[in-house]
Amino acid sequence: MTALAWLPRAIILGLIAFAIFGPLANLALWAAAEQWYFPHKLPVTYGLKFWHQVFKPSSDALLSLGNSVVIALLTVVVSLALAVPAGYALARLSLPLRGLIMLAFLLPQAFPSVAVYINVARIFYGFGLNGTIAGVVLVHAVHGLVFAVWIASAAFAAVDRDLELAALNIGAGALRTFFTVTLPLAAPGIVASAIFVFLESLDEFTGTFFVGVPDVTTLPLLMFTASIAGNYQIAAITALILLIPSVGFMLFVERFLKADVLAKVGT
Amino acid sequence: MAGASLEIDRVEAAYGPVKVLKAVSLAVKPGEFVALLGSSGCGKTTLLRAISGFVPIASGRISVDGRDISRLPPDRRDMAMVFQSYALWPHMTAAGNIGYGLKLRGWDKPRIAERVGQMLAMLKLDGLGDRMVTQLSGGQRQRVALGRALAIDPRILLLDEPLSNLDARIREDVRHEIKALQNKLGITAIHVTHDREEAMVMADRIVILDAGEIAQVGSPEEVYNRPASAFVASFMGAGNVVRLAARREGDGIVLGAGDLSNEIRVPVGSISGLAGAQVIAHFRGEAASLGAADADDADRLVLRGRIAQASYPGGHWRYGVAVGSQHFMVDDPRRLNVGEPVGIGLPLSSLHLFAA
Repeated sequence: MTALAWLPRAIILGLIAFAIFGPLANLALWAAAEQWYFPHKLPVTYGLKFWHQVFKPSSDALLSLGNSVVIALLTVVVSLALAVPAGYALARLSLPLRGLIMLAFLLPQAFPSVAVYINVARIFYGFGLNGTIAGVVLVHAVHGLVFAVWIASAAFAAVDRDLELAALNIGAGALRTFFTVTLPLAAPGIVASAIFVFLESLDEFTGTFFVGVPDVTTLPLLMFTASIAGNYQIAAITALILLIPSVGFMLFVERFLKADVLAKVGT
Repeated sequence: MAGASLEIDRVEAAYGPVKVLKAVSLAVKPGEFVALLGSSGCGKTTLLRAISGFVPIASGRISVDGRDISRLPPDRRDMAMVFQSYALWPHMTAAGNIGYGLKLRGWDKPRIAERVGQMLAMLKLDGLGDRMVTQLSGGQRQRVALGRALAIDPRILLLDEPLSNLDARIREDVRHEIKALQNKLGITAIHVTHDREEAMVMADRIVILDAGEIAQVGSPEEVYNRPASAFVASFMGAGNVVRLAARREGDGIVLGAGDLSNEIRVPVGSISGLAGAQVIAHFRGEAASLGAADADDADRLVLRGRIAQASYPGGHWRYGVAVGSQHFMVDDPRRLNVGEPVGIGLPLSSLHLFAA
């Protein structure tokens, strides 16, 4: 009996591993398959034909990738421009409505996103923002601000107030103190929030779909169109491309974001 | 630059509805070293932070060299503070920390380097300028913090319990070093501490704060030997308290503890504000002596009791003496046995008497 004690654990671990790596393996197979149809359990022929198709200079994929990256970077800029001052204020000033304000940033998540984005799209029509990069960036920023503000506020809260007082005391003005003491010390947290916003924007689908299409196409939209049309290879390759920054940044965050900052998220 | 004078005039401060400072007034002469002494919550740190501008004052005036600075922001007060936590910037080197204030003042790089070098040498930190402050020991960090404050040649140096995070052994040395530096540079210094001995050793004048008010201001010798109130007496180490009966007799007052002591005569003026028939006497264990239980000197109050406890902290014995239901700590060089009847001999000069 005791000889088999490891069995339940092994089965559970195996199932978890399958749940995580099964879809990824499927993705990898699709990305390398040239022909794969029912009832074959594995691709019929392998090859890189679709990679050439995705990466040929005139392809939709490269254009979408470019769009995705530009939109993600702009979203980071817009989000941080708001999140840094807001996060600092929330962390430092004893605002009576602090809790409420933090909650307000969560609000866009609380409502069904399709309903929200349909109405956003309607309003954006009025301003001529539909189908523009700016419109998509705004939609993504609303989404990204949640992470950005919460993480930035945690990062600022982790900076000892005495360190700022020491700078003020020795003659640095408030702005100088912020840029030479507070911001450098909060930088790892701010970078982490930038990364989260970037990844969120890169993966965002619903908002882009309602506000950007058909003029602005991003990788997730391309992936969607490709899989609807049965081009699983294209979808798989785009998915793999999207996976690269996600994994890379996750490793970065895991390495550089300190536990004391993470512990303050949402407080 | 020589130190500035500092004048605090009826300053009040509050955290919400709680008044932390109640009309505190204090004048500090240029180059003087003043210690703000008190237990936690007495308002000493708040007073220091009000001077530095971190805590807004509700009313009153703080002036430096006669110029009102009460409304100036902290960065324009030309003071430098050494924080209890040192508050060194972990993303900078020791030299970066010390040179920060000079960079703000627009000094050029070679001049900053020279000044930082002087500071490092003065604080015995040679060769450590390029270290990140996180790689320094507690004592070294403390010196860097001091160097950062002194580098800008402040007119007033504020010390917020800067020694409380140091080992007891290092602390003794640093006390004297800080005092010597302050003397040499002629800076006015305000030092917050809860450590009586630290205040006594370092300060020219001690300000004892109690519940947001100044209980007494005086030289170390004054507050030690002539405490103005029962609070100051016990805070300054006269922790033995005995209640005595007092009665007027001609031009003197006769004091005694009933069956537990003899009676002595003191001049009327020695107890201010005496109205009732009760007096509280504070005395230090080291100012008393142990003798025969039945001694009856005219110039000494003798409390009769017996030894309840004995310990040897070094140099002398320390006895817990039970007198009636009370307990006193008394030092004596002789070895005595627990249970022995003794008399605690208290010369008039050792008694701090207050009206009850």
